[in-house]
This record gives sequence, structure tokens and C-alpha cells, in this order.
Amino acid sequence: MNRRHTFVLAACLFLAGTSLFLYKARTLGLPLDGAQETEVWTMEAHVSFHRDSVGAAKAHLRIPENPFGYRIANENFVSRGYGLTVDERTTGRQALWAVRKVAGEQSLYYRLSVYADPTRKGSLPKPTFPKVPELEEPYYSAMMDLTSHVREQSADILTFTSALLRRLNDPTPEENVSLLRAEARTPMQRSKLAVTLLAGARIPAEIVQCVQLGEDRRTAEVLPILAVHNGDDWIYFDPQTGELGFPPNLFPWAWGSKPLIDVSGGRGDMVEFSVVRSLQPTMEIAQERAASLGSKIPEFSLLALPLRTQSVYGVIVMIPLGALLVVLLRNFIGIRTVGTFMPVLIAIAFRETQLLGGLMFFTLIIMVGLGIRAYLEHLRLLLVPRLASVLTVVVILMTLVSIASHRMGVDTGLSVALFPMVILTMMIERMSVTWEELGARDAITEGMGTMMTAVLIYLVMGVAVIRHVLFVFPELLLLILAATLLAGRYTGFRLTEYRRFKAMAAEQ
Amino acid sequence: MSLLPDLKSPGVMGINSRNGNYIMRYNPRRLFPLVDDKLISKDLAVQNGLPVPELYGVIRMLHDIRKFDQIVESKEDFVLKPVHGSGGNGIMVIGGRSRDRYRTTTGKIVTRDEIAHHMENTLGGQFSLGGQPDQVLVEYRVKFDPVFDHVSYLGVPDIRIIVFKGVPVMAMIRLPTRSSDGKANLHMGGVGAGIDIRTGITTNAVVGTSPMHEHPDTGSPVVGLKIPHWDDMLEIASRCYEITGLGYLGVDLVLDAALGPLILEMNARPGLNIQIANAAGLLPRLHFLEALELDGMSVPDRIALGKEATNRDPREIARMAVA
Repeated sequence: MNRRHTFVLAACLFLAGTSLFLYKARTLGLPLDGAQETEVWTMEAHVSFHRDSVGAAKAHLRIPENPFGYRIANENFVSRGYGLTVDERTTGRQALWAVRKVAGEQSLYYRLSVYADPTRKGSLPKPTFPKVPELEEPYYSAMMDLTSHVREQSADILTFTSALLRRLNDPTPEENVSLLRAEARTPMQRSKLAVTLLAGARIPAEIVQCVQLGEDRRTAEVLPILAVHNGDDWIYFDPQTGELGFPPNLFPWAWGSKPLIDVSGGRGDMVEFSVVRSLQPTMEIAQERAASLGSKIPEFSLLALPLRTQSVYGVIVMIPLGALLVVLLRNFIGIRTVGTFMPVLIAIAFRETQLLGGLMFFTLIIMVGLGIRAYLEHLRLLLVPRLASVLTVVVILMTLVSIASHRMGVDTGLSVALFPMVILTMMIERMSVTWEELGARDAITEGMGTMMTAVLIYLVMGVAVIRHVLFVFPELLLLILAATLLAGRYTGFRLTEYRRFKAMAAEQ
Repeated sequence: MSLLPDLKSPGVMGINSRNGNYIMRYNPRRLFPLVDDKLISKDLAVQNGLPVPELYGVIRMLHDIRKFDQIVESKEDFVLKPVHGSGGNGIMVIGGRSRDRYRTTTGKIVTRDEIAHHMENTLGGQFSLGGQPDQVLVEYRVKFDPVFDHVSYLGVPDIRIIVFKGVPVMAMIRLPTRSSDGKANLHMGGVGAGIDIRTGITTNAVVGTSPMHEHPDTGSPVVGLKIPHWDDMLEIASRCYEITGLGYLGVDLVLDAALGPLILEMNARPGLNIQIANAAGLLPRLHFLEALELDGMSVPDRIALGKEATNRDPREIARMAVA
């Protein structure tokens, strides 16, 4: 009954901890590695035009909205003297700059930072089947002729589109293609032609205008990508090569073939893009993103605490892990320690002194402390005053070691000042009682066991990934709790008992 | 698994199993003070007519130390014990005196001041679990039966019987040696000899974990020794369950030359070395008993059941087959 209860409880804790952890790691994208960095692309759209005489001017810039494969970290507008509105219509987001009186060369900027997020899907609704476009002759016949040829040589929408693009891009085109292609020279026009021809086969297609990403591009090109809907999903083709799939180095800026800018009241309008690549800590990005998703988790995490409190919690969340290690070492291996959780406290003390210095310092003080306690034994002091005397001597020793090590230019001694000396005193007292009652061997065994356990805990606590993960995902403490509960039901042999009872073992 | 010795088939009980499956299940925490506090257990035993060493007096606080002389005034020998001590820690056995100088049974001469200091330390909690303030018992020093003279060095040999729900399941005698400083503690180099529950005869002996047949100091055989008053001891042990209610109990007895078996102390967390001394695991016997309904059984029935449990022990069966 108790056993089942424990298992059920452990399973619940495990599930709760794991699901919260997975939600935070997967959905919110909190990284498992604190030092991890994410590639961030900052794109700048520079809108420029000229107004000859003083008067009103208006500029529309189509800007990204839910770009698939990417997530927007932040965006901002630079528009001196202009009024700015962001228009979020179903046809796509637009920035609208307007001014009543202006003249001369005009520059407006829109800056956008994004990072890749493969989980993001486009939000464009499923299109309806397009009508067959009404083209003039001979274009209509050419279109119908070409599509029926292509249809014969293809099985579905995907193969149809590839075959069509292959023909359109043929360097030695057939007659129909050269006729249709005559007016379409730029990639954009070619893409529009492809959309028209696909509509001739009643296949829904759309153009995605993309900005080319790359390391520090002063002027990034805008390239069209052909998106074809196969009934379930959008599939992407490079209209110039016919290659399938969305190229990794392109950022989908806007859907549709409509020009990206539209200026009224000016002339010579153009938009230029520049791209800068940078690295940012994934932690920061994930937190921003979690906040933008409306999640309350960043507000209720340890990361929301003041920095000083955070650093304390960074240590505190490690304590249960240390305690679990003590459980494993004691109940599964059978290592004897002075006090139950003394090793955890010593391990925390090592964090301040560094391992080697701390170990030497600790051993030194314990040895001297034991000697002093043995001497005080001769004075027949009562227990509490004797403890207090040992404590005082320990403090004096620590001071001396610190001063001496500083004089010698070794600074490990200085950080020792925060060493939990009460723990040292208690350890000396406990060890000396063991020494008297059970002998030097037991006292030393226990002392060594404590040190070994403390060193192991210190090393585990020192693993940066573990520290980061426990701090960012404190729900993992539930997993540690579950493991501890299960360990509490372990009634098998301890490893050391195999030696203890060796004489009794059955022959195998 | 084959890398490790097979302790499962001999039914060896490990610490985790003892703590998790027996102490936690059969020994309710609230009953622990009955055995951890030697004053309470002594009182309990006296009330129920069970034999214990006579209590001379109690030193409850520093102030009481002055009463010490009065308590031991007419006594030639006595024992000082921490009320909450464990594992024989903090026990001082005085075997004789001349004025202000006392002689411990190990031959050390101590002054009254040294005894007072020892009592002060005990009161301060040096020997109690968790360093809690403690008290000192002054009691009758057992004049141990000379039958053990040839197998013990100085101190008092004691007999430990493990009692499961009133059924004595395993027993051993612990014999002090020179290296255990007169203490009957296996851990410190004493000899442990397993006693057959059915006959009261020692069957097997170890020092530490290594088997042996003769006492390391006296050279006398320790196997084949017949323990006098064995049936009385079994009965006392069984009745200890009734007075404490502890289902998994270690009862420590000594044999006094004049008074017979006396209860030295009871232990709610008895050690596991008794298995090494007997060369037998506890689990087969406990499993046999756990399958039975033991409530409401009389003491003689429980003792008979303890003997039956030994009969059914597979090791015992194998041993008999060899013989």
C-alpha cells in the first residue's frame, strides 16, 4: 500500500515536473545551455523618394506579419517629422508614413530583428481555386497549349509546377514559352507569369517577396519565391531554377506581388534593404518571446527576482541535488559521513574557496581542531563551553590562515572568511566523539567519507549545464523529489554490505 | 548481479531492509522512548516483574553530582550509564574503590574528579543521540556468572536476542576481548558467537567478520558453549515485546552469578552483525513468521514458534543434512 502510494506520488511529481520542463524548453524555447546564442538578423528597409515642391507626402511600406520560419524579436520605425500608423489589414501589415508639408530628398526607415524558429508556420488562409485568367489571343492559346502539355507530363500539383517552371526557364524555349516570356524579363515578372499560368491550370499560387539574408549585406536583394498550394500546404519553388523548398537564406517579407512601397506626392521612390547578422543570448530571446506569447512563466520564474536574490537561489536550487547524491551514496553505496547533510554544506563552502584550497584548508583546520579538542579534554571543560572554545580556536585559525595566505600572495584564504565555521566546529566535535568512542579508524573513515561525498557534490554542482538547467527549470526539483522518494523505498543491499556480509554469501 | 556476492539466497538482511521493512513497519516511533530512555525501560521492566540490575540513583543535573557520593556510599562497585546512550557509549564500570580513587573493571584508576567530569559530559549530551542533554544512571554492577570466565577478557559478556513480535528468532553472545577494551562490542573487536535458539548452545563464532573457534585472549573454545538459564532468557526476551510493543526488538541480557539473567537494555534498532555471528540470514525466519498470525499468542507458544522458525531455516536444514 505504502509502496504503491510512493510510486504513484513519484510518478505524478515526475509527470508534473517533466511536462512543465518540456513546455518551457519546447514551446517557450528556454535553452538547456546557458551560454547558447541565437543568430539574429536585423533588417533595415530604407524608403527614399523625392518631393520637388513643398506639399503633402504619403508612403506605404508593406512590412512582415507572422513570417513563417522566423519570429520577430523587435521592430522599430525611424520617421522624422512624419506621422506613423501601422495598418494591420487582412491583406498584410503596412506602415503608413504621412506628412503635410515637406520637400526635397526624403528618407524613412523601418528596422526589424528576427531569428529563425522552424516551428512557426505561415498564417495565410487556404486559398480558393483561381479562375482561368482571361488573356488576349494569342497568349490564351499559348497558355492553354502549354498547360495541357505540362499536365500530360506530370502527376500532381508538385510535379506540374516543377515541369512548368522547367519549361519556362528553358534556355532554348519552345514557341509558346518564348511568346509568353517575351514580356517577362525580371524574376518578379517571371514569377507573375508562373502564377498566371498556374491559374490557367486552376492551381492556386502566390508570390512571396523575400529579403536575402547574409553576413552584413549593405544592399540585400528582394527575390520572389513561388508558393503553390497543393490542397493541404503551401509548397515553395524558386521560380528561376524550379528548385523545390524554401531557401534557407531568404526571409519572407510579404505575400503577393504588390510592390513593397507605394508613395504618393513624391517621385523616384525606392526601397533598399540592408541586413546585419548578430548573435544574442538565447536566454534573453526566449524570455522576450515567452512574454510576447502572453506566458506568465517569465514573471514567475527565478529570473524575475533581483540579481542578488538570483545568485543565492542559484546555490539553493542545487541543495536538493546534493541531498539526493548523499542519499545515493549513503543508502545505495553505504559511504559513512559525519552528519547527514554535512557534505552538502561543505560542498557549498568549497564553491567559495575553490576545491583544492578548500580541501587543504578544511583538512588543516579539522586536524588542528581535533588536536585542540583533545587538549581541552584534559582541562575537563563542560560540553558547551568546550564547543565554544573549539569554535573560537577555529575562528582564530581561519584568521591566521587568511592573513598568512594573503601575505604569501595566495588569495584562496581570503574568500574562506565566509566559510561556515559552525559546520567546521560541529564536524570537529562529532569526529572527536567518534574518535573516542569508536576509535581513530572510524573517525577517519567518516571524515574521509564526508570529504569524498562533499567533493563529488561540489563537482556535480560545478557542472555549468546542471546549474543553469536547475535555475531556469526549477520544476526539475520535482523530478529530484520523485527520485528521492523512490530511493526512500529501496530496501536492497548497500554496496558496502556485500563486503560486510561476504563470509555469508552463497556459493555461486 | 553475478559480479556481487549472492546475499539474497542466504536471506541476509541489509540496513535498508531492516530500516524500511522492519523498524519502520513494526516499531512505531512513539514507542522508541520506552527503550531509548533506560530509566523508562527499567521502570517498565520492574513494574512487569522482569529482572533488571538494581537502580542505585539518578544524576539528573549538574547540581545532583554532589549526591553521587551519597548514592555510592555503601557500594563497593557500580556502573554509570547515560540514560540515552547507545551502542555501549559512555558506560563506566567501577569494580572497586579506596577512598577517592576508583578502579574500573578494565584496570584503570580514576579519581572522583574524573568520574564527576565524565558525569558532566554525559549530562551535557556527549553520549546521547543528537547531543541532547542527558542524565546518568547509577546501577548495580553485574557479577557475571563464572561460566563465561574462560571466554571473556575483563568486561561483561552479554547476550543479544532478536525478538520479532514476541518470537525470539536469533541470538548471540558477545564476548569482550583485549582489543575491544572489555566492551562486548563486535564492532570494536569483540567476539560474537551465534546461539542456537532451540538449544542455547553456541554454534559459530566470529571476530569482526572472520570465523574463529577459540577466544583470541583465553584460547578457550567459544563454539559448543551451553548458555545457562537459556529458557528463562527466551521467556524474558519474549515478554519484552509485551511490555514495549516494539515488533522488532533487540534484547540485551547479562547473566549474574547470583541473580540469573538480567535485562541490560533493549534496542529498537538492533544491529545486523548477529547474522554474521550465526552464519545465517534473518530474513528466512522473519518471512516464515510474517506469514503467520501471531497476535494473542502466549509466551511459550511464541518461544516454540521461534524454535520452529530455526528448524525451517534453509541453512539449518542444509547443516542438518550434512550432519
